[in-house]
Amino acid sequence: MAEMAELIEPIIPALRRYARTFVRDAAAADDLVQDTLERAVSRWYQRRPDGNPRTWLFTILHNLAVNHLRRAARRGRELALDDASESDMAVSSTQEDRLRHDDILAAVGKLPDEQRSILLLVSIEDVSYADAARILDIPIGTVMSRLARARARLQKLVEEQGNPASEKPYLRRVQ
Amino acid sequence: MSTARPISEDDLHAFVDQRLDGARRNEVQTYLDAHPEVAAQVAAFQHQRDALRAAAAPIAHEPIPPRLNLRHLMEARRQTRQWSSWRSMAAAVLLLAAGGAGGWSLRGQAPEEFPQSTGVAALAHEAAYTFGVFGMDHAHAVEFGAADKAELLSWIASRIGRTVAVPDLAAAGYSFMGGRVVATAHGAAGLLMYSNDQGERLAVLVRPMAIDQDTRMAEHSFGDIRGFAWARKGTGFSLVGTAPADLLHPIANMVRQQEGSVI
Repeated sequence: MAEMAELIEPIIPALRRYARTFVRDAAAADDLVQDTLERAVSRWYQRRPDGNPRTWLFTILHNLAVNHLRRAARRGRELALDDASESDMAVSSTQEDRLRHDDILAAVGKLPDEQRSILLLVSIEDVSYADAARILDIPIGTVMSRLARARARLQKLVEEQGNPASEKPYLRRVQ
Repeated sequence: MSTARPISEDDLHAFVDQRLDGARRNEVQTYLDAHPEVAAQVAAFQHQRDALRAAAAPIAHEPIPPRLNLRHLMEARRQTRQWSSWRSMAAAVLLLAAGGAGGWSLRGQAPEEFPQSTGVAALAHEAAYTFGVFGMDHAHAVEFGAADKAELLSWIASRIGRTVAVPDLAAAGYSFMGGRVVATAHGAAGLLMYSNDQGERLAVLVRPMAIDQDTRMAEHSFGDIRGFAWARKGTGFSLVGTAPADLLHPIANMVRQQEGSVI
């Protein structure tokens, strides 16, 4: 049990960071991390003992997060535009050249889920391409092609943010 | 002229992510030096990566909220497992009672599963899981009924090494149903079962105490089963039932007041 705590605890900050940047909702993200930790504690002795605990935890978290977004997307479609509050409208109006932190994370939020996950795992969480393939359960070739598309798309989104004329209001709700 | 592998887009991303070994990294760097447009794209990706890391870094520096405290989650898990292990131990009690000593291998796991597996705390656990089995059994709650009280008390006395009397709980509305000898991790114990006219049951578990021979009454509760346990002159008692603790407490006092008749 002491070994479990020693191996899991140092990973918790990274799990929170991935969850929050992936689902873009701090409370929901911590819910997902809590679920992840509860599962990890109850299934600790079922994991592959030679496996990397970090990869294992990220796999659990990612699967929970994908399910969460799927449910949120179903609810989001039922949300009429008139009912959307100001905060649901993720519109950036900044004209600063310098990228503000919120801006790039907001732009990441506009990526398709499967591009966002690979970009966050590789760029922020320092997950190797092979481990990313395990976490996402996709071939390594798919990891590379999605990563390339994610980077190109994010670059375009960031450029559009710097040019509000091209900004289109859009509806987003991940509660 | 070297015959180096051609540079792929995968190499460029691995360059950005610092995933290349030294030799390949140098090859990519040489290529970028010769191709400024590609180098500009790679630089943009590097800048993007740095910006992402800087934007996300503060999240990992926030203090961990209590609900994500692993120690708390492990403790909650341990308590859940403990309750389910009582249930399985209760099933094992049945096997022990039916099959004799065949279940002694269970003792090996008991200390891990029962952190307070001694004294009155252990007695309280035993009473709860014994009641969890026999208190809920409608066909065979007791081995000897109230009519065979003498035979029951003789059986219990022979197994726990001391004479037991049956406390009279009529004043609380409970009449004596009968009882049996049950197995615990600390040897044989006598179980006395009572019920009221609503069919609600409670039970008294009695056994010799090696530890905590004289202990004040303490309340305990395991899931839906609540009770009070104490010890006097080397004999431990635990009254358990599903009634609220404030109803059980005066009944436990009645048992204790009559324990003078339990030698």
